[in-house]
Amino acid sequence: MAQTSIDRAAVEKAAKLARLEIDAPETEQLTQQLQNVLANFEQIVKVKTEGVEPLVTPTDIEAEWRADVVKVELSAEEITANAPAKQGHLFAVPPVV
Amino acid sequence: MDLLTAGLGEIAGAVKTKKISAKEVSKFFLDRAERLDPKLNSFIGLNPKLLAEAEAVDQRIAKGEDPGALAGVPYGIKDMFCTKGLRTTAGSKILENFVPPYDATVVARIKAAGGLVMGKLNQDEFAMGSSNETSFYGNVKNPWNTDYVPGGSSGGSAAAQAARLCAASLGTDTGGSIRQPASFCGIVGVKPTYGRISRYGIIAYASSLDQAGPMVNSVADAALSLEVLCGKDERDMTSANREVPAFSKNLNPSLKGLRIGLQKEAVQAGGLHPDVQKSVDQSVAFLKSEGAEIVEVSIPLTEMAVPVYYLVATSEASSNLARYDGVKYGFRADFPNLSAIDLEEFYSKTRGQGFGKEVKRRIVLGTFCLSAGYYDAYYNKACQVRRLLRDQYMQAFQKCDVILSPVATSPAFKLGDRISDPLTMYLNDIFTVSTNLAGLPGMSVPFGFSADGLPIGLQITASHFEEQKMLNVGAALESAAPDKKKVPHVY
Repeated sequence: MAQTSIDRAAVEKAAKLARLEIDAPETEQLTQQLQNVLANFEQIVKVKTEGVEPLVTPTDIEAEWRADVVKVELSAEEITANAPAKQGHLFAVPPVV
Repeated sequence: MDLLTAGLGEIAGAVKTKKISAKEVSKFFLDRAERLDPKLNSFIGLNPKLLAEAEAVDQRIAKGEDPGALAGVPYGIKDMFCTKGLRTTAGSKILENFVPPYDATVVARIKAAGGLVMGKLNQDEFAMGSSNETSFYGNVKNPWNTDYVPGGSSGGSAAAQAARLCAASLGTDTGGSIRQPASFCGIVGVKPTYGRISRYGIIAYASSLDQAGPMVNSVADAALSLEVLCGKDERDMTSANREVPAFSKNLNPSLKGLRIGLQKEAVQAGGLHPDVQKSVDQSVAFLKSEGAEIVEVSIPLTEMAVPVYYLVATSEASSNLARYDGVKYGFRADFPNLSAIDLEEFYSKTRGQGFGKEVKRRIVLGTFCLSAGYYDAYYNKACQVRRLLRDQYMQAFQKCDVILSPVATSPAFKLGDRISDPLTMYLNDIFTVSTNLAGLPGMSVPFGFSADGLPIGLQITASHFEEQKMLNVGAALESAAPDKKKVPHVY
């Protein structure tokens, strides 16, 4: 495993992947903070995990079947009521390329 | 009846027998909130329809109906829970104007039991924080000393409850966000087993860790609240199809024959604030004197819990928070020139301006951990360690009924002390995050004060779905807690 593998370019790349605008001073600060954080977090490399199945849900949950029934719980009006911009029952966005 | 000290069952009983009206109860807490909250900033918004909704409860009682176990009890609701028609922000600018069209299942359950939504409580933005200093709506202050943090992320719930601005409150706990502020503010806070309470309508932070729970004045109030809140919900696939015990009726503080685990690593690690150590020592002496057996247990991987927690939680958060795109709801950046813009810029500007610093930090960290080339080393590795950690807990619970530990290494810290150093802030969560990783129930019970007069909580953790054992030990500790009649400075 790469040690403290986050650098400025990696922060910029992650921010781009997350569609998150951060300015230059913020990128600088984030890089330093995350280097510091990951330097500590990388201690998990010490734990032997060969062949261990990753745990994603902490309690045993079985998938259950349910009937596929159409229900109308909310109106189009209610669903679009929080839109920053709308036309009728459509979400309006600026023209994009 | 003194509403400052009355239990929830007592309030509901008095309302149902018309000794007091639901409207009078609500008015009492509303007056307190309006008078005292300017000193605490615990509410983001009050429910303008509270008194009318209380009157509706009274009218049902007048007609001979039984509104339920929480008749006329006003709950303060953390702003992570969707409340129909009542603004819900998650402490973020990005949801500044969001008015949910539906109630979270737990909110609906409170209402169905005759309870009332008093208002929405302040919190760290998207529950990401341990001090309530990341809220877009300003930090909350600790009612015991307003120079100190109330803890987080459910800091508004803890502060409002401690100052008795509401009869009961609701919080969410992803890595300690109910238990740590409960400890810092001297109230009872319970995070049940993962799956006990439906997550439907709770704004998602880290879906495999998030759980809701009561933040209240007593263990009995917690037990009664849990009876209402818990249960299977067809809208949440991860909610457990398990019978909900009559927690409050079964509450039994007898400790005879109970095995209380003390974790070797927590005892040996040192670094505990001496006043916290004193509370732990006093509680152990009490438990022994009441006939409990103290056994040493070992969960070595708790040493790795903070890194595992933050790697898992930020990864899940980066995915969950992808939904805030400025299209369907929430904040949208201003695009004055409406000629063609770049779609990526539309998202990036909206999200860059809508999220605060800590949320951005966690989204970037989580995205990095999930990105090609790093997924195996960080996210996947953390999930593997998570399984081993849960296995170690399961082994420990073969030797004991519950595990006793501190909630935090110290009492509340001063506002501003840790906010600029994320790693120090994260390491503060050492005793609480393991419980979420393993899906276990955990609670904080007040047990004494620091020399400076700040409350100290003890944590009780039980095995999956063993909330009753935990509540019973909690009730015993509560009965023996030093100085329990003390009230906060803001009261």
